[in-house]
Amino acid sequence: MTEYPGTTGLILNEPLLWEKGKQGRSGFSLPRRDVAPQPLSETLAGDGPDFPQLSEVDVVRHYTRLSQWNFGVDTGMYPLGSCTMKYNPKTNERQAAQPGLARAHPMLDDDLCQGSLLLMYDLERFLVEITGMDAATLQPAAGAHGELAGMLIFYAYHKSRNAPRSKIIVPDTAHGTNPASAALCGYRPVPIKSSDQGVLTPEAVAAVMDEQTAGIMVTNPNTLGLFEENIRKIADIVHAKGGLVYGDGANMNAIMGIVHMGQIGIDVLHLNLHKTFSTPHGGGGPGAGPVCVLKHLEPFLPVPRVIKENGRYRLSEDFEYSIGRLHAFYGNVGVLVKAYSYILSMGAENLKKASQLAVLNANYIKERLKDTFHLAYDRPCMHECVFSDKLQQPYKVTTLDIVKRLMDYGFHPPTIYFPLVVPGALMIEPTETEAKEDIDLFIESLKSIAAEARDNPELLHAAPTGCRRKRLDETTAARKPILTG
Amino acid sequence: MRYLPHTPEDVDAMLKAVGADSVDDLFESIPVDCRRKHPLRLPESLSEWELNDHIDTLGADMAVSPDYRIFMGAGSYAHHIPAVVSYLLGRSEFATAYTPYQPEMSQGTLQAIFEYQTLTARLLGMKVANASQYDGASALAEAVLMAMRISRRKKQVAVSRAIHPHYRRVLETYLAPTDYEIVPLPYLPGGVTDLDPLDTMDDLAAVAVQSPNFFGCIENIETAAQRAHDKQALCIAAFSEPLAYGLLKNPGSQGADIACGEGQSMGIAPSFGGPALGMFATRMKYVRSMPGRIVGQTVDTDGRRGFVLTLATREQHIRREKATSNICTNNSLCALAAAMYMATLGKTGIRELARLNYDRCEYLKAELRDAGFTLPFEQSTFNEFVVDFGKNFEKTHSRLAADNIIAGLSLEKYYPELSGHYLLCVTEMLTKDDIDRLVSAVR
Repeated sequence: MTEYPGTTGLILNEPLLWEKGKQGRSGFSLPRRDVAPQPLSETLAGDGPDFPQLSEVDVVRHYTRLSQWNFGVDTGMYPLGSCTMKYNPKTNERQAAQPGLARAHPMLDDDLCQGSLLLMYDLERFLVEITGMDAATLQPAAGAHGELAGMLIFYAYHKSRNAPRSKIIVPDTAHGTNPASAALCGYRPVPIKSSDQGVLTPEAVAAVMDEQTAGIMVTNPNTLGLFEENIRKIADIVHAKGGLVYGDGANMNAIMGIVHMGQIGIDVLHLNLHKTFSTPHGGGGPGAGPVCVLKHLEPFLPVPRVIKENGRYRLSEDFEYSIGRLHAFYGNVGVLVKAYSYILSMGAENLKKASQLAVLNANYIKERLKDTFHLAYDRPCMHECVFSDKLQQPYKVTTLDIVKRLMDYGFHPPTIYFPLVVPGALMIEPTETEAKEDIDLFIESLKSIAAEARDNPELLHAAPTGCRRKRLDETTAARKPILTG
Repeated sequence: MRYLPHTPEDVDAMLKAVGADSVDDLFESIPVDCRRKHPLRLPESLSEWELNDHIDTLGADMAVSPDYRIFMGAGSYAHHIPAVVSYLLGRSEFATAYTPYQPEMSQGTLQAIFEYQTLTARLLGMKVANASQYDGASALAEAVLMAMRISRRKKQVAVSRAIHPHYRRVLETYLAPTDYEIVPLPYLPGGVTDLDPLDTMDDLAAVAVQSPNFFGCIENIETAAQRAHDKQALCIAAFSEPLAYGLLKNPGSQGADIACGEGQSMGIAPSFGGPALGMFATRMKYVRSMPGRIVGQTVDTDGRRGFVLTLATREQHIRREKATSNICTNNSLCALAAAMYMATLGKTGIRELARLNYDRCEYLKAELRDAGFTLPFEQSTFNEFVVDFGKNFEKTHSRLAADNIIAGLSLEKYYPELSGHYLLCVTEMLTKDDIDRLVSAVR
């Protein structure tokens, strides 16, 4: 009998913070008072916030119990498509917490910050090498922030040529953030469809590309897990009309050391360090979304930039065409330390191997499940594969039911109902850090669920039953919002 | 490599299942002219031992406490971080989870963020807060964009010159492709914003002030809000030091419509400026125009209390180009740190800590006045203040730095009219002895 990771576990109840505690408690160690109280105008003084009053033990138990209601990569396989939930190495946490780096004040003179500046300078160089682009900025705090940087660069570039443009091409396989980021720069997204092979065709792009269009945003590999094989031709079409090509590099984990992004016609490319470069996602962030560009767009990169002169590093704002500043300081430097540590730990060979194994894992899952679930595009995939609930529909079982049941087996669900081009999509990205045994167990779980869907669909409709909570009422949450307690 | 679990046998078995002869076969869909011709040129991989040494070497090349006594804030504050915060934040169930799209498996993150929203709303005196923005600067930029959406047709935003100069630059970057106009509001001799230019503005969507402002001066948000509302405009109250609201009147009670700023003070290490925490709160009537994620309370099928991401129809993955923001990944773990910090401090702790910060800073101000220096701005301050050290202070500043004392931030770069003026900061991390040492060194 196969033993799946999922059990009901030991889950303790825990109220909200302010439902515990007692008047007069505090969990904070205050420093010794060594100066006398100084006068404060009564017109300025407030009552102070009504915070709960908890001892240190109260706080520790509270968050320990809450953490046990959560599932992370450290708990088990987390095959969220497009999110690259790979293992987050623990040594990287140690490096980011190194006191010299963690306590660094961002406004000191450059001479007093050489360690952090060197790290940022070298990380830019590493990312430039890994992508094949020419220059980079580390400032964007997340992928969507990187997209905004990219769109601002598009805007500044066209403006510098006295030819502002109003539209941008966004394929149906793009991330949801793409249209929203473009809209912030006043660009109207022009949607185009991918082919029946799941990739963009030069014809589809040529049909809409004109001199009012700033360029195109392409996710490559795309959200179907397929390499956009016509990318060079597409880039030629866009460039011929004076447009630029934006590459969403969220799926870079499939192609490190394999594809030269600088040669395939992409002008601007963002990376997600919290995906490809192993920094933890923190339940929603912080991430980091560096942007790499080709030489001709380097003048537009955000300031300040790190410069190396005579073996010393300094920050410079002296770039006339820069789009300006995007972050209060230099970006999520603590996250950058982790990505830098990851690259140094891996080296060139292992980065490439990581991409190879990520692709191998995804193809293995695709092959072994393609008789069980409908495969949207039956062709070799890159780092992720996309199934749908088509074969389960006769049993009145949906993608949502399938993944909720998967929780009871002890796995985090894949991404669902995305990309939009596949109705009822199940988008599975195992990443390279999952071992074959765990993947086999995951596959067996999904096969078992498919059998349950046929024989006992109620099991799926009622799932999950092993989590702290059963399915939650999202409709009421939105209709009658309770957003604070 | 210890992060890659595949044995050669695993690879062979998997290739066989896939029907490929080699791993390279899996990449055949990539055209040859898209492929790299040469291997990546990166430094040779490091063992964990070597990496520790390397990072320690970099860390040693940084000026940090306790070796240095740093009297500098300017948007990044050294506060004591209780061991419980670092320890609990390291729980990998929190740290290694994704955005809580599957609520049944993410109740820990969801309840914790619901609690963060609640504590933030209480701190700022507002009704609702979002799950976080990237930092104080992007929070301000998003607040202005939100005010523009609410006002519909208006095109002007009045922005105090006493807002952090970096925040104002980020705002300019965000607004560059729009037809919105930023009208700077000067500061008065007392160190607070001059609101009189508002009288002549007839297309005003919002007024943005920061309190305590960049000079540490406490602004009168109540007046700013009133003047904004007289013009049917919104009042945006920014901040970079939220600890102040442990002691001072909060923005909500003074009539601000949006309170936004930097939450790094709340249990987050400075880390050379990031990751930090964009705090963002508003009135309930504006919640559907608010950017960012929001967690809401609901029930499960058994009627038990639980939490979910909600009001998602504002967001990019649903609303695409009509979303209230493009933000997706935010700074959730930093929000969690802030919640833990606020819970640890509690009602009395935050008051006492804020008071101690205030008192130590006032002590330094008094000592500097005694030493004959001018403090040009009369307005009361919190944690930070401006002192006129004179035009020749630069050499002294360098000499003190060589002696491991950082005597504040020179303001000339940001405010040319304030040459010779320095922004000084004192938190609970600097003792009376440290302050006395600084004063005797500059005397």
